[in-house]
Amino acid sequence: MIYINGAASISPQNSLDFNEFVKKMLEYEDDFLKSIKPDCKEYMKPIQARRLSKTVKNGIICSRIAMQQAEIEMPDAVIFGTGLGIVLDTEKFLEKMLKDKEEYLTPTSFIQSTHNTVAAQIAQKIKCHNYNFTYVNRGFSFESALLDAVMHIKEAKKNILIGGGDEMTEHYFHIIKKTGIWKQTPTKNTELLNYKTNGVLCGEAVSFFILSDEKKDETFAELKDIRMFYKPDNVSEIKTQIKDFLTKNNTEYSDIDLIITGHTGDKNNDAVFEAILSENLPETPAVYYKHLCGEFQTANAFAFWLANNIIKHQKYPDFIKLNDKNPEKIETVLIYNHYFNINHSLILLSRP
Amino acid sequence: MSKKIYISGISAISAIGNNVAENFDALINQKSGIGKITQLNTIHKNEIPVGEIKLSDKQLKEKLSITDNQAYTRTALLGITAVKEALKNAEISEINKYKTGIVSATTVAGMTSSEKFYLDFLNTDFYNDFIKTHEAADSTEKIADYFGIKEFMTTVSTACSSSANAIMTGARLIKNGLLDRVIVGGTDALSKFTLNGFNTLIILDREPCKPFDNERKGLNLGEAAAYLILESEDIVKKEHKKPLAELSGYANANDAYHQTASSPEGYGASLAMLQALENANLKPSEIDYINVHGTGTANNDLSEGRAMLKVFDNKVPKFSSTKAYTGHTLAAAGSLEAVYSVLSIQNKVIFPNLRFKNKIQEFNLIPETELIRNTDIKHIMSNSFGFGGNGTVLIISEINQ
Repeated sequence: MIYINGAASISPQNSLDFNEFVKKMLEYEDDFLKSIKPDCKEYMKPIQARRLSKTVKNGIICSRIAMQQAEIEMPDAVIFGTGLGIVLDTEKFLEKMLKDKEEYLTPTSFIQSTHNTVAAQIAQKIKCHNYNFTYVNRGFSFESALLDAVMHIKEAKKNILIGGGDEMTEHYFHIIKKTGIWKQTPTKNTELLNYKTNGVLCGEAVSFFILSDEKKDETFAELKDIRMFYKPDNVSEIKTQIKDFLTKNNTEYSDIDLIITGHTGDKNNDAVFEAILSENLPETPAVYYKHLCGEFQTANAFAFWLANNIIKHQKYPDFIKLNDKNPEKIETVLIYNHYFNINHSLILLSRP
Repeated sequence: MSKKIYISGISAISAIGNNVAENFDALINQKSGIGKITQLNTIHKNEIPVGEIKLSDKQLKEKLSITDNQAYTRTALLGITAVKEALKNAEISEINKYKTGIVSATTVAGMTSSEKFYLDFLNTDFYNDFIKTHEAADSTEKIADYFGIKEFMTTVSTACSSSANAIMTGARLIKNGLLDRVIVGGTDALSKFTLNGFNTLIILDREPCKPFDNERKGLNLGEAAAYLILESEDIVKKEHKKPLAELSGYANANDAYHQTASSPEGYGASLAMLQALENANLKPSEIDYINVHGTGTANNDLSEGRAMLKVFDNKVPKFSSTKAYTGHTLAAAGSLEAVYSVLSIQNKVIFPNLRFKNKIQEFNLIPETELIRNTDIKHIMSNSFGFGGNGTVLIISEINQ
């Protein structure tokens, strides 16, 4: 059995405190959603807070909180998933290199730009010599980290620190906007599903978790299983995947108390969610989350944070509801997400 | 669940050859691939030597029947080229006959193309499909799509240990019963971004590198792609295959010391070596040869050497660094050197450490400087250490008949 004993997220919402989070949704009207700036004082020296990039900083804070919640000092592994890594530092080095024709360069932003910086900095900070890993596979980045953690627990390891996160920058937004995958005008996150335009509202967040072989009083949830599938041909292949995944876990559609979907506000993107909800789970309470954190490669790590807290606190706010159905109990939760129909993933959680 | 992990196919494209046979030929004939930059458009062209693959992107595309107008990064092209050879070598024609996945590593990812168009993408209306190839997943997806791999894919990026880690993940996926067969390895093409990044760290030798030499002045960057086919015991039995070697051990440990430097005593490196031995259930004395990380930087070779002395209790087995041939191929280094280790076992040879003259003054370690033939090699240790303290050690063994 695999338990989640710590869960922390820094996102565009008040996700550092679930009780604050449920009170109100932070509202934005912008090109993309930006994470709130956490108070770093408790976690690092001011000089570090200034020097480190956003994702590294938020990663250090979230990992510390997750470890405190789980009451562990040293994880048996540190695993991070990120689609893009440290974008801002990559851009800094790249732009300077191109503008100054490869002259006058300094190493700082290059050093910070490598994909493995987050996991490495956490290891350095807590002097953790154990397994250290970074997955970078678009919408499978966080899911790969999660699967790796599952394998570790099965290999008799005890506490695994895993996380997922990405950062969005003005320049990256501007460049990728040209591909048409993102909304072309500033978007109100509160109205995300009411837009008739194509494109998703993008965003950012960093989340960390402790997966453990041991159930504690403070345990959030039990992780039953995780599955990824790549570029399904059609909705029927998706349905087969979901059915097979549930069957393997002795679960029926009717057992699902709550489904969390990856609705983005883009009709094409959301069509598969609509199909599954209307055809397979018509009576099931459903919630969504990408109006809270936006769309990005590791948005599902935020969904994982959300699911864990919903199970632990047995409640969720109205502003994440997709339909008007309410669960009597929240025992079994399915997260179904996909990233631009390339990377699909299923995560099944239950009340411990 | 499979207890043993077999290696049934290998591939390599690097500065010393476009396939395994050419790589082997250069290794035994002591032909280094380090030379002047010809493919990359950089101001450092005449001043910093690298290990470059001699084929242009256009030539790589032609060999793969990919039309020239399609947006394939050099990283993806090298990856596809190598995976093609590995599948052929493992005699796999029906890729989805068994649950087959791919775990591929890259550090540079799409930067090889992004750096050409970035300012135009940012400042003008310019558009081409390379706008979509920046992410690390791109090369893995291009490989998966080219060969029709759907069951499982992921991408690893842990700096210089990336593809050693990809191999480790692949093995664990089989051992955990999630896959029957997995293509593991890495691909990294040279980019201006990486070249300039390493240059700012002042660890690039202006001459061909001299791993484990007292006068070593730094590393040479190289580009490569190398993959291995890992298979479960079941497949090997069912298909009556004769695997090339066994992946008998692996371990990943972190130095937790500095983002770009190894600890002086090589603590993380020694941990990874010790844990890999434990994982393989071997005593240090059973290792016949170490393909060391041996980049040629002052810092790496000293700390790796000290770690070896500790792990092997001053009785360090024969060792050499093949980076003097290929340069440091970053995300491809771990798998390229794993492929070379398989070649050592298959051909009973130890490849020499080129350009070694004087031993490092801090210790008494001398790499093999001559080709050794007809030597019995049962177990090889292959080391990969990198930025972020990421270190992974693999043990590759002769098939136990």
